[in-house]
Amino acid sequence: MSYLDTRGRIFDIQRHSVHDGPGIRTIVFLKGCVLRCRWCCNPESQEYRIQTMKVLGEDKVIGKDTTVAEMIAEVEKDRPYYYRSGGGMTLSGGECLCQPEFARDLLRAAKERGINTAIESMACASFESIQEILPYLDLYLMDIKHTDPEKHRQFTGKTNELMMENARKVALSGKTRLIIRVPVIPAFNDTVEEIRGIAAFADSLPGVKELHLLPYHRLGQDKYEGLGRAYLMDGILPPDGEKMKTLKRAAESITSLHVQIGG
Amino acid sequence: MFNTTDIPKSARITRLVDHLYEKMPVIESARAKLITESYQATEGEPMITRRAGAFAHILRHIPIIIRDEELIVGSSTIAPRGCQTYPEFSYQWLEDELDTVETRSADPFYIAEETKQELREVHKYWKGKTTSELATSYMAPEAIKAIEHNIFTPGNYFYNGVGHVTVKYEEVLAIGYEGIMAKAQAELDRCHVGDGDYARRSHFLSAVILSCQAVMEYAQRYAALAEKMAAECSDPVRRNELEVIALNCSRVPAKGAGSFYEACQSFWFVQQLIQLESSGHSISPGRFDQYMYPYYKKDLENGNITREFAQELMDCIWVKLNDLNKCRDAASAEGFAGYSLFQNLIAGGQNKDGEDVTNDLSIMCIQASMHVHLPQPSLSVRVWNGSPHEFLIKAAELTRTGIGLPAYYNDEVIIPALQNRGLSLEDAREYNIIGCVEPQKAGKTDGWHDAAFFNMCRPLELVFSNGMDKGEQVGIATGDVTEMTTFEEFYDAYKKQMDYFISLLVNADNAIDVAHAERCPLPFLSCMVDDCIKRGISVQEGGAVYNFTGPQGFGIANMADSLYAVRQLVYRDKKVSMEEYKEALLWNYGKGIDSETAVDMTASILKEMERQGRAIDESAVKSVLETVMTMKPSEDQKARFEEIHHMIDEVPKFGNDIPEVDYFARDVAYTYTRPLQNYKNPRGGQFQAGLYPVSANVPLGGQTGATPDGRYAHTPVADGVSPSAGKDVNGPTAAANSVARLDHFIVSNGTLFNQKFHPSALAGREGLEKFTALIRSYFDQKGMHMQFNVVDRDTLLDAQKNPEKYKHLVVRVAGYSALFTTLSRSLQDDIIRRTEQGF
Repeated sequence: MSYLDTRGRIFDIQRHSVHDGPGIRTIVFLKGCVLRCRWCCNPESQEYRIQTMKVLGEDKVIGKDTTVAEMIAEVEKDRPYYYRSGGGMTLSGGECLCQPEFARDLLRAAKERGINTAIESMACASFESIQEILPYLDLYLMDIKHTDPEKHRQFTGKTNELMMENARKVALSGKTRLIIRVPVIPAFNDTVEEIRGIAAFADSLPGVKELHLLPYHRLGQDKYEGLGRAYLMDGILPPDGEKMKTLKRAAESITSLHVQIGG
Repeated sequence: MFNTTDIPKSARITRLVDHLYEKMPVIESARAKLITESYQATEGEPMITRRAGAFAHILRHIPIIIRDEELIVGSSTIAPRGCQTYPEFSYQWLEDELDTVETRSADPFYIAEETKQELREVHKYWKGKTTSELATSYMAPEAIKAIEHNIFTPGNYFYNGVGHVTVKYEEVLAIGYEGIMAKAQAELDRCHVGDGDYARRSHFLSAVILSCQAVMEYAQRYAALAEKMAAECSDPVRRNELEVIALNCSRVPAKGAGSFYEACQSFWFVQQLIQLESSGHSISPGRFDQYMYPYYKKDLENGNITREFAQELMDCIWVKLNDLNKCRDAASAEGFAGYSLFQNLIAGGQNKDGEDVTNDLSIMCIQASMHVHLPQPSLSVRVWNGSPHEFLIKAAELTRTGIGLPAYYNDEVIIPALQNRGLSLEDAREYNIIGCVEPQKAGKTDGWHDAAFFNMCRPLELVFSNGMDKGEQVGIATGDVTEMTTFEEFYDAYKKQMDYFISLLVNADNAIDVAHAERCPLPFLSCMVDDCIKRGISVQEGGAVYNFTGPQGFGIANMADSLYAVRQLVYRDKKVSMEEYKEALLWNYGKGIDSETAVDMTASILKEMERQGRAIDESAVKSVLETVMTMKPSEDQKARFEEIHHMIDEVPKFGNDIPEVDYFARDVAYTYTRPLQNYKNPRGGQFQAGLYPVSANVPLGGQTGATPDGRYAHTPVADGVSPSAGKDVNGPTAAANSVARLDHFIVSNGTLFNQKFHPSALAGREGLEKFTALIRSYFDQKGMHMQFNVVDRDTLLDAQKNPEKYKHLVVRVAGYSALFTTLSRSLQDDIIRRTEQGF
């Protein structure tokens, strides 16, 4: 069996993304996640099983089984845009490392075709599986949500030791460019101290030069209803522009990182 | 190399703009009165002589004004943004709309009671004398019928002057009207009384000379006024400005421009006065950055001008371009909404040798549009593989402001497309854009761009009705649609209807063309278009080097999706019978019969009753209409229609990067573009297609019943070559890939592709980089034109208030995209806030 036949499960594919990685990108969203972040804007991504979600009053099947070959054909469609913008393919989720073989083989297929590759992931997986994808990965956009294990567990369902350890290992491997991203969530990690904590950690990782602060948004709210789930962040407002600037300055003041708002 | 550093906006510009938009625009009667006086005095003389005489009479007597703080002068009306009227082309619509023009929804104009009286008075003279009346008498009866049945509308040139031209500005700047007059005089001197064409030639050349003289006198009137105002001015700064204005107007446009400032003033008189000679719109300045550059460069090198002052002068011209205005009939006003004059000005691109000639002024053109933030000029930029990156970035910065400018054009498609129409390589490389999207070579072309709106959906309706419309045989009897056994047979019927109506469209356009040549030749315009002076003949009579007629088709996405859906559902999957499809369309997919359809059906029934010899009186009309209005499909029928609509939804649509569907659309576009290019116009030129709707896709969609792509009756049709609204669900790159699969080379009169973006997509330098990459990638795939609406805060607020208008508005924020109007209020507010913050 060729690596192009490896099967995987996705829940969406988004073309012309100008956010997650350099240039114009195609984002492949893999289904399934190990965490259950309360603010997650893609709650339909969390479970691996194929689900039904109500969208605008109609049932929509979430989740599709596919192969590397099928996905790469889809990714190829925007090659003229990658070529002009320095863009490429980004795997997102869910946590794409929940399907390690599929993620690896899809990244390999892109890489072998000369398409720039990135993943958006929180590294919540064995380092062995991360190691396998590194040869095919140009950019790792790694989420670090909090430095405190207990608070991390309360809001995401798991403590953070494994992820922070993997972050260090990925950085030390020197095999990919690593950017640390922080979803800025009110009541969870939006104080100057908490952001500084993450920034200091990021700054301590060899080779890491950038930190992205992604302001919480509640645009996924309707999806919780569509899945028949309660939205636990009800009533929490997104951080305003001033707040984001304050946090940016806070991170910049104690590190040498380039800090930006938004991905 | 060129300088891209921002130049600050002078305070004067803000005040000039504010003054311009203080009040509603006004209709004035001075020109109408003057032209009528002149025509009355010249009855029986050769038309070209009468035209020049009338133009001169207007320029000698029309009231003139210098507005506060202006640096560039020349106004066609006393009121800012006012308009004159042009009864020699048509007046009946204005006569009928005099009392409603102030309150109409699209482009209202204030008109004083006294002005109405004056216009009513002069209109009496024009009965039977207009171009539109002559055009009607030249048209074939079946063409008139097709117009009445809304298959196409040649409204633009039927009611107005043609315009749609770029003249040799560079020649006026170089040698002035004295120089042009001398050229005409030299030709006149060569005429021998014994020549076969002496009468036509000598009268034309004399008309040119008279027109040039009149323009020079007009400028002298401004010089005198400026001098007088300077003498009365107590503010020394303004007095000095007025003295310079007086000096400028005493020299140009009579003589060649000696400085950049004089060149700006000279340019302006040309631009303004072409539009006072004729009501034609889309008088396009073209490659302003090229023909103005030598004057700028010389002044800058000699230390006679600063970049800042040159920018201020250009900004003043940009304001003046918005001072000109035009009142159209109510129906056309909807099709061209926004008081737009489509004065297209283009920056960047190549010279005749194929070298990139982007310069400082190209950048300053973009800067000027940022400063004035007004719809005119319609700013365009030329893009080719060798375009400087920083130039595109500057253009993208303007796009980001949400003004909808500039439009981007692809040299790599347009140059070969024009060569294919017979332009030399050198001429094609120097193209500019006329009006909306129409490419041509300046100073050599009478393109008759924008010659008609052809609704590609209507011929398909006539396939379903066997050529019948409102009880009349309007199209070809292509047979009972329910008996067509193969898709090829069905498609052939559509092609037959298309061929037939295209021939009628040509007939109507050519009738109007002849009427303009006979009744409104334009000697002033003609003296700035090659080879009129040499040939001794006006543009309207075929004096230009290149002659075209370019009517635009629209509804291509609807027709591609419609024919594809019929092929799929009726002939391939056999899920819907043709009979059911026909019924579903008639019943508007179960939505019931709306008032427009009811009126159409009533007309059909009455026609049938008439044929049977039954008397039709008011009560019969009423009772038929009432019966029709209360007709309803049965519950079973309704359910089936909705089911059919759902099945149509599931059929793949153009705009989603599905090669099979897109190449099908390419073939459907050929049903319009290929037959059209076989026809000739009376000026000896060829017809060539455009695929763009201006804003006519909304009103003309209102005249179109339900279509087999699932579009409901009397809703807008697709815009330009863009996919149908809301049918492209895979984002901008997929839509662009699809649109690029149409054959843009054959559509040499222009294609129009609109995309909408949320400002966050253009945020920061990185956003601009990705945005320009998108344009380059579409152009790599041989797309021709692209323009962008960047959704701004006001749009989103309006969408909150009027969600029905914005059903398809997709916003993409932080990689998350949603239909805006389906979001809850608080989420909409979040998006509005992010729109302001740009993340």
